This record gives sequence, structure tokens and C-alpha cells, in this order.
Amino acid sequence: MDTKRRKFLKIAGAAALAGIGAPAIVKLTSSAAIASEAVQHETAAHGEVAAATGVRLGMVIDMRKFAEQPELLDQAIAACNKVHNIPHFPDRKNEIKWIWKAPYANVFPELESIHKSEMAKKAPFAVLCNHCDNPSCVKACPTKATFVQPENGIVAMDFHRCIGCRFCMAACPYGARSFNWQDPRPFIDTYNAEFPTRMRGVVEKCNFCGERLALGLEPACVEVAKSAGAMVFGDLNDPDSEIRKVLDKEFTIQRNPAAGTKPSVYYIV
Amino acid sequence: MYNKGTIIPGLMIFIVFVTFPLWYNRLSAGTVPKPDLPIGQKECVAPVSEMRDNHMKLLNQWRDAVLRDDDRVNVKVGGKEYRKGLQTACMQCHTDKEKFCDTCHTYAAVQPSCWDCHLTPAVAASKKETH
Amino acid sequence: MIEKVLKGKSTYWMWLAVLGTFIAIGAACYVRQYMFGLGLTGMSRDVSWGLYISQFTFLVGVAAGGLMLVLPYYVHDYKAFGKITILGEFLAISALIMCLMFIMADLGQPLRGLNVIFFATPHSMLFWDMCVLWGYLLLNCLCGWVILTAERKQVHPPKWIYIFVYISIPFAVSIHTVTAMLYCGLPGRHFWLSAIIAPRFLASAFAAGPSLIVLACLVMRKFANFDAGKEAIQKLTTIIMYAAIINTFFFLLEFFVGYYSEMPGHMHSLEYLFFGLEHDGHVYNNLVPFMWGATLFSFTGLGILAYMKISKVFDYRLVGVAATLIFFSLWADKGLGFVFGGFVPNPLNEVTEYIPTANELGITIGIWATGFFILTLLYKIAVGVEHEIES
Repeated sequence: MDTKRRKFLKIAGAAALAGIGAPAIVKLTSSAAIASEAVQHETAAHGEVAAATGVRLGMVIDMRKFAEQPELLDQAIAACNKVHNIPHFPDRKNEIKWIWKAPYANVFPELESIHKSEMAKKAPFAVLCNHCDNPSCVKACPTKATFVQPENGIVAMDFHRCIGCRFCMAACPYGARSFNWQDPRPFIDTYNAEFPTRMRGVVEKCNFCGERLALGLEPACVEVAKSAGAMVFGDLNDPDSEIRKVLDKEFTIQRNPAAGTKPSVYYIV
Repeated sequence: MYNKGTIIPGLMIFIVFVTFPLWYNRLSAGTVPKPDLPIGQKECVAPVSEMRDNHMKLLNQWRDAVLRDDDRVNVKVGGKEYRKGLQTACMQCHTDKEKFCDTCHTYAAVQPSCWDCHLTPAVAASKKETH
Repeated sequence: MIEKVLKGKSTYWMWLAVLGTFIAIGAACYVRQYMFGLGLTGMSRDVSWGLYISQFTFLVGVAAGGLMLVLPYYVHDYKAFGKITILGEFLAISALIMCLMFIMADLGQPLRGLNVIFFATPHSMLFWDMCVLWGYLLLNCLCGWVILTAERKQVHPPKWIYIFVYISIPFAVSIHTVTAMLYCGLPGRHFWLSAIIAPRFLASAFAAGPSLIVLACLVMRKFANFDAGKEAIQKLTTIIMYAAIINTFFFLLEFFVGYYSEMPGHMHSLEYLFFGLEHDGHVYNNLVPFMWGATLFSFTGLGILAYMKISKVFDYRLVGVAATLIFFSLWADKGLGFVFGGFVPNPLNEVTEYIPTANELGITIGIWATGFFILTLLYKIAVGVEHEIES
């Protein structure tokens, strides 16, 4: 079923780009390929960012699946690093991370307990930007260099505008943001010619693969992990979406819900 | 006039100083650069004169459209579609940054910061996946 | 009035030369950082603000501290401060210039700094901080200059200037309140997420600023033949004492909340600052000596001041020692511990320590030297005008 869906996405994406109506994919990717709908959307959604009718992209991470296939998470991380030209710094100080691995105790420090399952004790957890509904980084940014895209709820970055004050890094309750302390290029292994690198002095983080969604593709990590069912990506506001079906069925947890930021990333542990 | 002895030489030095670029280059603007144009591609997203004057504004518009306004409608040039962007559109035809962009930018002494992040085809090829 | 900075004794020029050397070193270090990036500092992904922002935070307090002279003199007509109120205003000017320099030194892309104005974002506290800092700087420049000019001509200052003097009073409170709000509104940092941060900042500011003014008065008494008056100094020490006691009280309340509730997030930073935080078999404690040093300094300084009040003795040397101790204790509290401690542990409960690099220290010292350079020139003008009136 997963491969079918993937194929459908690709075809639908192509169709959307060609200008033929494919509402499902348009909704998922929120590409404004269809002019008339884009105009309607703009007038209807103006000023009501959090309208329940809008698209809110989210992710479910099924740690059971990742625990079964330990190499899967490494592959997903590698895929992200490659498409986004993420440098690899050998030292912890300079690290740039969009999606990475951390133990349960570090990902969910508020939920840490003495007696936990073997998986929570051993398996490394996937950590990435939560693309919060109420992101404190966006509140803190003095230039709107980081902002919520009203069309899909992605917390995006505009590297052109970032002044490098790092207020967002202090504000993020999830440690999801990295700063380019120096020119990252010497530390990038291979370049993806379709995506820029970053310059020194700006903050960066996961962008939910906004550039891939526009092409009708799913995020790079999801593309790797979804065949095993370890990651599900989609519109949290659409009751018929796959991600909602998973959320309806499984009990999920979120990182630091007490921070009130309303994350869009859910974990099945 | 008071302090004639200091004011007039001072003014002279000032005038010599501000006109330095003119006489240093012997009142010539140098040879006008000829950027290498793409082979086999006559059209661009806008007429030449428009591009020459306003390509930087267009790039800023594209940047805001793609990143902020969720407007990723492709641009059509010569029957082919391109994704808005320096790497995804411009450099698909203007493949040589040194022989196209730099010729004029060097001449005009402007240093756009585009290349701090955006990859030229040459730079991208320098670290290509080998397998 | 500006011409007064051009005439001075050899000690004056020596002092400026020393500061100038440090400024030159700082400038050279900044050029290095500008070329390479903030990677030349000790800051990291986990401790993403370092000395620059912590000095900025502390110096906003020093600037706001001038209020403790302006308020008694202009609102309560406390005549003893007549001679030194201008010192408070000039201290605010140089402290604010240091603040702005520290912010610029901290930006990853300093050339884009104006984006804060081009894309003004009212929901960001940094935007408001910029507004109040610039506002307070301009107010102090205006009030200081107009009032000093009037004093020199030995006429009453124009009536309209008092409007700006009175506006500057809430502004002084606002600069440190908004600076506290940079920290205390962030949901993921327990050490900062406390409603007492703004009052604590103000209390510490009202001790740190006057301490520096007292020290400046003592230095100028010795080297510049400027006597602030015993009554003024005594009143200032009273203000310093109460403000420092309130600051200590607020800090102890943080201790109570953390250690009585035993909520991990509320204890961790305090534990790191005062006792060292154990993590993965390693104890992280590089700020412990500073924090205990600050505690010792603070109580010794307060003890000296209390002794002088109780036994009714007055000694300029004792005042100098006490003001120095209190100033450094507050500097360690807010200019080191508050900012660095807030980043430990990080949101993923990992511990990274911050150790500034030599280059970073060079820039930091260079900016401090610039501030003191400006302060020296301004005080030279103020004292020069004072002498002119006396003769």
C-alpha cells in the first residue's frame, strides 16, 4: 500500500505541476500550482492562520519500527543531510543538525522514569524540529526570518534575512536549531546542486522539506522510513489523511507538551 | 577671507581626493565587459534590457515568492519550465558564473552575496557524489 | 564644552593611552572574528550566547542604575546629588554604547542588523529592547547635555528639558525590564522562566550602577580634584546596600523554589552554578568558583557597609573596597552566571560548558575599554564644567 501511495504522490505531483487539478496533492504540498484555487485560498485564509480548514503538516515517528531496523534511522538522517547540504563537523560545538539521534532520556526528559521498556532504554530516538503550532522561536525572531507558513504550518527559515542573533536558539524548547559558527562548505561531503548551502552567521533547522513537497515528493527522511512504516507524514487537519488514521489508532506522545508550543511531531513508543 | 593659507590648500586636497577614481583611470571607464551568453538559448525570463537592469530585483521577488508566499509557480522559457531560483532556473542556462555573472559584477565592483549559499554548477560539481 | 577633553594632566593622558591600547587590541580581535565568523568564540550549539550577551545584560543594568541619582534629585529634590546626577546620566550613555557594541559583536551577520528596523517585529522582545535602549540613550544625551550647558552658564535649565528628564525615569526601568523579558519569556529555559527576573535585574542594577559611580567619584576625588561630597557618597552607599540586599533576597528565593520544590528543571542550573552538575560521570563546575566568589564578595561588601552605618564611621577607603566588592559580585551574578547558567543543561538534558576564547576576551575587554574611554571623556567634561563654575 505504501509503494502505491508513493507512486500516486509522484503522479499526482506531476499532474499538479502540469496544472491539472489534483486537490489531494495540492493540499498536501500546498503548492499553488492551480491559480484559481491559490487565489481563493489566499482570500479565505487571510488573517486566520490557525483555521481548522487549513493544512497543518505533521509527522508520526513509530519508534517500534525504528527499533526493529536500527540502520533505518541512520539512512533517514543521511538522506536529509545529503539533500540539504548539511555539513559534518567533527566537534560537538559546531554541529549542524536537522534530524539526529538521541536517547529517550534526552528526547523526553520530563517523561524519564526508572523502569522503562527495553526499547526506551536502548533504541536511539529521532529528533527534529517539531514545526510547532505556536512556535516560541517565531515569537522571538526580531526580523521574521523564521516564520510559520500559513499554507501548511511549516516553521520555515529565510536564511537571507537572518541576522544571526540566535534568540530563536535560546527560545526553542527542543534544541532543534543550529548556528553556522563558521563557513560550513569545507565540511560538506557532497553537494546537492538543487539546494543551497548556508553561509556563516545564520541559524538553520529542519524545513520539513518544503522544496521537495513543492515537487510532490515527501520529506527525504520519510521517503526512506515510510516503507517500513516508521514515519508517516501528512495533514493533521484532514480527518481522512493517513497520519490522522495512525493518530486515531495509536497512543502517541509529544516532546515537552508543557511548553505549550503544540508540536506537530508525534512519537509512538 | 580668514585663514586663506589653510582653507585653499585644504580644498585643493579635498578635490584631488574625491576625483581620485576619475583621474586614476584617466577618465576612461575601461572596456565594457562582454559576458558569455548561453549557447543555443536565445530567450530569458524577461527581455535583455529588463534583465540587465533588474535581475537583482527579480531574484529578490522570486526569493520572497518561493520562501514566504508559497508561490512556486514555474517560469517558462523557450517552452521549458524552470523552478524559480538562482540554482534551479538561472544557472540551468547561465552555467558559468565566472564568465557570465562575474564579468559585469567585477567591472561594476559589486559583490553580491548570492554565492555564499547558492552553488554554482562548477562548485556543485567539485563535490559530487562519486558512485 | 567638548574642548575640555583636550586639556588634562599626564595621568589623564596615560589612562586614555592604556584604554586606547585595549581598544586597539579589541578592534584587531573583532576584525579576526568578522573575517572568520563567531566560530572564533567559545560559544556552541548548546551555549549559544556567551560573554557578549552576558556583558550586554549586565551593562543594561549599569545604565539603568543612573536612575538612583536622577530620581532623588529631580523627583525628591535631594540637593546633595546636585553635583553627581550628571555622572549618572553620563554613565548611562557610555554603558548603553557598550551594550550596543556587545550586541553588534554578537551578531552572526552584523551587516544585516538594520533588518530589525526594516522588518520590525513587535512580538519579538529584541525589537522592543532596541527601541528602549536607543530611546534611553538619546534621552540621556539630550538631558545630560542641556542641563550641563545650563549649569555652565549658571542659569536654570529650560523648563522643557524636565519633560524629558521625567520621561527618562520610566525608560530606565523599562530598559532593564525589557532586557529581563528577553529571557523570562522563553518556555524551554527553566532558570530564566521566572517572574522575579525583572525585579531581580532592577535590584542588581540599582546596586551595580551606583557602585560604579561611587568608585568613579573616589577616583576623581584623588586624581581630578572633584569632590562629590560626603553626604552624597553616604546616601549612595545606603542605596547600594538596600538594592544589593534585595537582589540577594530575590536570588535566595530562587534557591528556595528550586530546592524545596525539587523540580529538576528549577534546580539544575543552580546546581551547575554553585555545586557543579554531574552528568555522565563527569562533574561540570567551571562557574562554581565565580559564584562562590561572588557570594563572598557580596556578603563582605554588605558587611563593610553595614559596619559603617552601625558604628557611624565614614572612611573613603572602606567605601571604595565595599563598592568594588559589590560591583564584582553583581558582575559575576548577572554578567556570567545568569546567562551561562541558563543554557545548562540544554533542552535535551545534555551538558556543554562554555569557556570563552582569547579572541573573544580581547573583543570583550576592547568594548569595556571603549566604554570607559567614552566615560572618561564625558566625566572630564562634567568635572571641567564644575571647576569652571567654582573658579
